[in-house]
Amino acid sequence: MAGLFINKISKTRQYLISMLAVGAVAAVCYFLTPLVGYKVVGFILLLTVSLIAVIFDILPVLFTALLTSLTWDFFFIPPHFTLRVSTADDGILLAMYFVIAMVNAVLTFKIRQVEKASRQKEEKANTIKLYNTLLNSLSHELRTPIATIVGAADNLQINSSKLTAQNRHDLVTEISKASFRLNQQVENLLNMSRLESGFIKPKNDWCDINEVVYKVIKAIEENKISQKITVNINPDIPLFSLDKGMLEQVIYNLLNNAVLYTPPDSKIDIMAMAYSNVLQIIIEDNGNGFPQGEVENVFDKFYRLKDARAGGTGLGLSIVKGFTEAMGGSVLLKNVLPTGARFTLNIPGETSYFKPQEK
Amino acid sequence: MNKAAILIIDDEAQIRKLLEITLQSNDYVVNKAATAKEGLIFAASHPPDMIILDLGLPDEDGHSVLKKLREWYTNPIMILSVQSSEEDIIRALDNGANDYLIKPFRTGELLARIRSALRTAATEDSPPVVTYNDLEIDLMARTVKKNHEPVKLTATEYTLLALFVKNEGMVLTHHYLLREVWGPGYINQSQYLRVFIAQLRKKIENDPNRPEYIVTESGVGYRFVNPG
Repeated sequence: MAGLFINKISKTRQYLISMLAVGAVAAVCYFLTPLVGYKVVGFILLLTVSLIAVIFDILPVLFTALLTSLTWDFFFIPPHFTLRVSTADDGILLAMYFVIAMVNAVLTFKIRQVEKASRQKEEKANTIKLYNTLLNSLSHELRTPIATIVGAADNLQINSSKLTAQNRHDLVTEISKASFRLNQQVENLLNMSRLESGFIKPKNDWCDINEVVYKVIKAIEENKISQKITVNINPDIPLFSLDKGMLEQVIYNLLNNAVLYTPPDSKIDIMAMAYSNVLQIIIEDNGNGFPQGEVENVFDKFYRLKDARAGGTGLGLSIVKGFTEAMGGSVLLKNVLPTGARFTLNIPGETSYFKPQEK
Repeated sequence: MNKAAILIIDDEAQIRKLLEITLQSNDYVVNKAATAKEGLIFAASHPPDMIILDLGLPDEDGHSVLKKLREWYTNPIMILSVQSSEEDIIRALDNGANDYLIKPFRTGELLARIRSALRTAATEDSPPVVTYNDLEIDLMARTVKKNHEPVKLTATEYTLLALFVKNEGMVLTHHYLLREVWGPGYINQSQYLRVFIAQLRKKIENDPNRPEYIVTESGVGYRFVNPG
């Protein structure tokens, strides 16, 4: 990561920073010379070159190597303030210093290049792994409902005479359920690609939070769920200027997730309140919560819990995070005691406490 | 007893087939067109009672077909589209579409919308007293009763409700409602609408949080439905 960051520093700046660093180190050493000999100063300057070699490009580092040898010779090797040296020992030391500094610069540079290459290879491997995970989960998630639809339709077509009225009814129900599931996955994929495109921009309009929350609950309850959803919205909550579509999708995905992954008859609470201009929505269930080690990962794209049951592409929660952040907000997941999970959304937005005056 | 003639303009053969079966089995007379050109010619030669128009046609943009139709055609037009962008829907409604459905749609929903569009078209003038379940609205006397008890509405609440009742089953956009109830200067004051809708629901709905009469069409507007 450091390498990536340093790459953004221009060459000119690298030269400048190197000169300043060498100047500063030399100044400190100058005051140290009564305590330590000029040979120790040589080592300190060599250390400076090594450190600069770790972060800067090859040419600025070679420049630093040259600059430090001259600095060492000029200011520290007697006679001071000349480029001359007085003994053969000093001459050899200086020549060796120069060679070691240069070799140091070149070797560090080479190591960094190898590291960079291996990092790129690793990133590529990770991308491929992610891509495969996506393909696996997608092909499963899309093909299962398609297989159901094709199979049920075939049965109705070629097997019709052998089917009882109940069989036919059941097959039609399966087609209907599979189509719904397929449509939901496509919706998720479309939302994900909207997020990935980077063009996503919230379209704000005044939202009645009660209206938004209950609309989502109505959609969730259409699927005959066994869990009980309790709503608790502060009656004085103002209107918020937010992207209604995104907010609905975020709440839908969180509630849907709670419905899908909590045991039957669990309780799901949804609470909403305003803290000045921040809308806080909490969705809490008394299910089994998330495995401690995986809480950080659940918002990652395509991430699925290690023991997740079939169904789901691992997109739902990453869309929650993407949309919430696109609205300038944040989402937090915590396990609660004794059991369960709590998602907290904090979304800033303009508020309106408009109250009509007419009788 | 229906026998209303419905023209389907959609380039997808599967959707045409599906609509044909659905509508014919519900006693509608169905005609089909696969292109904008075919549809416009057929509509002009045999004006149907209703048109179901797909926005994504191969030879011409659905919005422009809608505009051409609306130059002379006054019966209901329902938009059918896979494009779920709110702008698209609002634009179609502003250009004179009576309703919209997004693919995939539920058959029950489609039939209910067609019935209500045809009914609204048939009764140009609402009868003076309209009754739904427990709700009674007297448009002459400008009074509202819920479970036979008078409901006290403010002038704005009543104007809003009357507008809904006169357009029963049709989706009314935010801009339309703001313009009709508050005036052209208010079309961006959507907070007025939010607050008054919430107030109105408290007075006429059994559970204001689970409205049966005034239904929200996310990002587009509201629709008054007969819960029947």
